[in-house]
Amino acid sequence: MQLWLIPILPLAGFAINGLFGRRFSKSLVNLFAIGSVLLSLAWVLKTLFGLGDLSAAHAEHYFTWIQSGALNIGCDFAVDRLTAVMLLVVTGVGSLIHIYAIGYMAHEGGYYRFFAYLNLFMFFMLVLVLASNFLLLFVGWEGVGLCSYLLIGFYFDKQFATNAGNKAFIVNRIGDFGFSLAMFLIFVNFKSLDFAAVFQAAPAASQATLTTIGLLLLVGACGKSAQIPLYVWLPDAMAGPTPVSALIHAATMVTAGVYMTARSWVIYTHAPAAMNVIAIMGVATAFFAATIGLAQNDIKKVFAYSTISQLGYMFIGVGSGAFGAGIYHLVTHAFFKALLFLGAGSVIHALSGEQDLRNMGGLRSKIPITFWTMMCAAVAIAGVPPFSGFYSKDAILAAAFEKTPWIYWVGVITAGMTAFYVFRAMFLAFFGTYRGHAHPHESPPVMWIPLAILGLLSLGGGAFLPVPEFLRGVFHAAPEGPPNYGLMGISVAAGLIGILIAWIMYVARPGMAESFADSVGGLYKLVYNKYFVDEIYGAVIIKPIVNGSRVLLWKLVDVSGIDGLVNGIATWCRGVGGVLRRIQSGNIRSYATWVVFGSVMLIVAMGLAEGLAR
Amino acid sequence: MPLSQVPLSWFLMLSAALFAIGVAGFLFRRNIITVFMSIELMLNAVNLSFIAFSYQNKQVNGHLLAFFVMVVAAAEAAVGLAIILTVFKNRATLNIDEVDSMKN
Repeated sequence: MQLWLIPILPLAGFAINGLFGRRFSKSLVNLFAIGSVLLSLAWVLKTLFGLGDLSAAHAEHYFTWIQSGALNIGCDFAVDRLTAVMLLVVTGVGSLIHIYAIGYMAHEGGYYRFFAYLNLFMFFMLVLVLASNFLLLFVGWEGVGLCSYLLIGFYFDKQFATNAGNKAFIVNRIGDFGFSLAMFLIFVNFKSLDFAAVFQAAPAASQATLTTIGLLLLVGACGKSAQIPLYVWLPDAMAGPTPVSALIHAATMVTAGVYMTARSWVIYTHAPAAMNVIAIMGVATAFFAATIGLAQNDIKKVFAYSTISQLGYMFIGVGSGAFGAGIYHLVTHAFFKALLFLGAGSVIHALSGEQDLRNMGGLRSKIPITFWTMMCAAVAIAGVPPFSGFYSKDAILAAAFEKTPWIYWVGVITAGMTAFYVFRAMFLAFFGTYRGHAHPHESPPVMWIPLAILGLLSLGGGAFLPVPEFLRGVFHAAPEGPPNYGLMGISVAAGLIGILIAWIMYVARPGMAESFADSVGGLYKLVYNKYFVDEIYGAVIIKPIVNGSRVLLWKLVDVSGIDGLVNGIATWCRGVGGVLRRIQSGNIRSYATWVVFGSVMLIVAMGLAEGLAR
Repeated sequence: MPLSQVPLSWFLMLSAALFAIGVAGFLFRRNIITVFMSIELMLNAVNLSFIAFSYQNKQVNGHLLAFFVMVVAAAEAAVGLAIILTVFKNRATLNIDEVDSMKN
C-alpha cells in the first residue's frame, strides 16, 4: 500500500521549503507545507480504507538498514489498529494546526523556516508511529526531539527561548539514555528488535528481565512524555510559537511515550511491577502538575501543566492495564488540548502577544468564536458528559478503580482540579471586564475554522469514536463490563464542583481568589513557584555538575593535569634541545672534527669487534 | 725495482700519509680554497689505495671505482668552486670561521 509515501510527503515539503523557501512567497511556502501534510492525510485515509478492518497488522519491508552478525534491522513499516489511530491523530490534528499556523505566523519572521521544521516534525512523528522495530521507532523518537528543540528555540534571538530549547533537549537525553539501554537489553535477550519477534518471545522471558526492560523503556517515555521527574522541560517549551505548543507539546510528540508503552504492552503485562510504577508515576504527575496549574498566570503555562497532568492520566490508564483507555485519552486529549492551545494562541494573537491572564478579561464578546470553541475544549477536558474527555477519563478511572482504588480517588481529585484551573483560565480570560490595553480583534477564518473543527471533535470525539473498542484486538483486552454509574457520577461531580468553585471565585465574587491565596500564603507561594522543582534541580544536580566540571575537571584535571603533562614534555624537550644546540656551532671545521672523530670511533669499534660481520 | 715488486704496504702507507695530510689540512686551515684542496687530496689518497688493492688482486673493480671517484671529484670541484665564488661575493672573505650563519 506504499506506506512510505505517508512520511515521505512531509519530508519532501521540508526539503523544498528548507532549501528554497527563503526565495518563495508566503503562499508558495503554504502550498508546499500544507499541501504535503494534506496529501499525507489523504494517503493515510486511502491506505486505511484500502486495508479493511485491520484485524491483522499490515507490514511492509523496504530495505535492510543494518546487518551485523545477529543484528538485522530493516526499514520496516507496519500498520495495525493502534498505528491507524495514531496516524489519523497525527496527520489529522497536524493538518489542522498547519492550516491554523498560516494565520498565526502571518506576521512573524522566519515563515518558511517555521513550516520547514513543522513538516520535518510530521515526517519524524509518522516514522515513529509507522516503525515496526524499536530502532526505527527510536529514529522517529530522536527526530521529533530534534524538531521540538528547533521549534522551541524558534525565536533564537531571545535568550529564554534558546535556553528552553536546550533544556528540552538535555532533559530528553536522560530519557533517551534509558530507552537505549532498554533496546540493548531487548536485543541481548530476544536477538531482535522487531516488534513482532520481541513480543512473541517476551512472555517466555524471566520476569526480572521484563521488569528491567519495562522500567528502562519507562525512563524513555518519562522524558518524552514529561512525567515526574523529567517533566521540567515541558512548561519551558512554551517559549516556542503557539502552534508548536499545540502540535508537538500537547497533541502528538509528548504522547509518543504513551504510544510506546502501549506498543510494548506485552512486556508490561508480563511485568506487573513495572506496570505499578507506571501507574504511580502517572498519578503522581497528574496530581502535582494539576496543583501547579491552579496558580499559574500565563495562559500557556496553565495549559502546559494541564498537558503534563493529562499525560499522567494516560499513564494511569496504561499502568492500570487499560492500554486502550490510555490511547483513548491520548486521542481526545489531542483534540481538546490542541484546541485549548490554538485558542490560547488566538487570544494571544488577538491581544498582540499578551499571555498574562491578569491582563485579559471580558474577551467573550470581543472574540466570540475563540471563546465558544475554547469552551468546547474546556467542557471536554473538565469531563462534562457527554463530551470527549468524559469518556476517556472515565475509562481510565474505571480501570484504575478496579486495580488500585487509591489511584482512582487521587484521579478524581485531580479531575476536580483540572476542571477548576481550566475554567479559572476561561473565566479570567473571557469574563469580567477587560483589564488590558490592546485592541482585541477576532482571528481570521484560516485560524478559527481549524478551531471549529477541533471543537466539534472535542465535543463528539468521545461518543462517536469508541477507540478502546476498536483497539481491543490489539491489546487482547477483555470486553468491558457494564458501566459503573456510581464511579462515573463521582468523577463528573468532581469536575462540576471544580467548575463551580472557579465560577464562584472568579466570576460571582471576584476578589475571593486573592483573599483565599492570602489566607494560605505559604502553600500558594509553594504552588505558584512550581514547588521550586527547577531550583531544587539546579541546586542538587546542575550546580554540582557545573562546579565539578569547572573546578575539578577544568581547573584541576585539564589545566594542571593534562595541560601540565603536555607543557611539561614540551619544556623538557626545549631544555634538552638547549643543550644539544651548542653542537651546532656553525663552524665548518668543528663539524669536520666531529666527522673525523666519528670515523675514528667507528674504526676503533670495528677493531674491537674484529672486523665486519660476514 | 719493477713496479710489481713494490709491496702493497708501501702504497697503503703512502695513501694513509696523503689522507692524514688531507685531514690535517681540512681541520686546521682556514682558507676555503685550501680546505677544498685538502678534500681533493683525501679523495686521491683513497684512489691510490683502490688502485693498489686492485693491482695486487688482479681485479678491475678498484680501477672502476677510482674512475667513479674522479668523476665525482670533478663534479664536486665544479659545484664547490661555484659555492666558494658566491660566498666570496656575498661576504668578501674566504675565512671559513667567519661563515657561521648556521650557528645554533
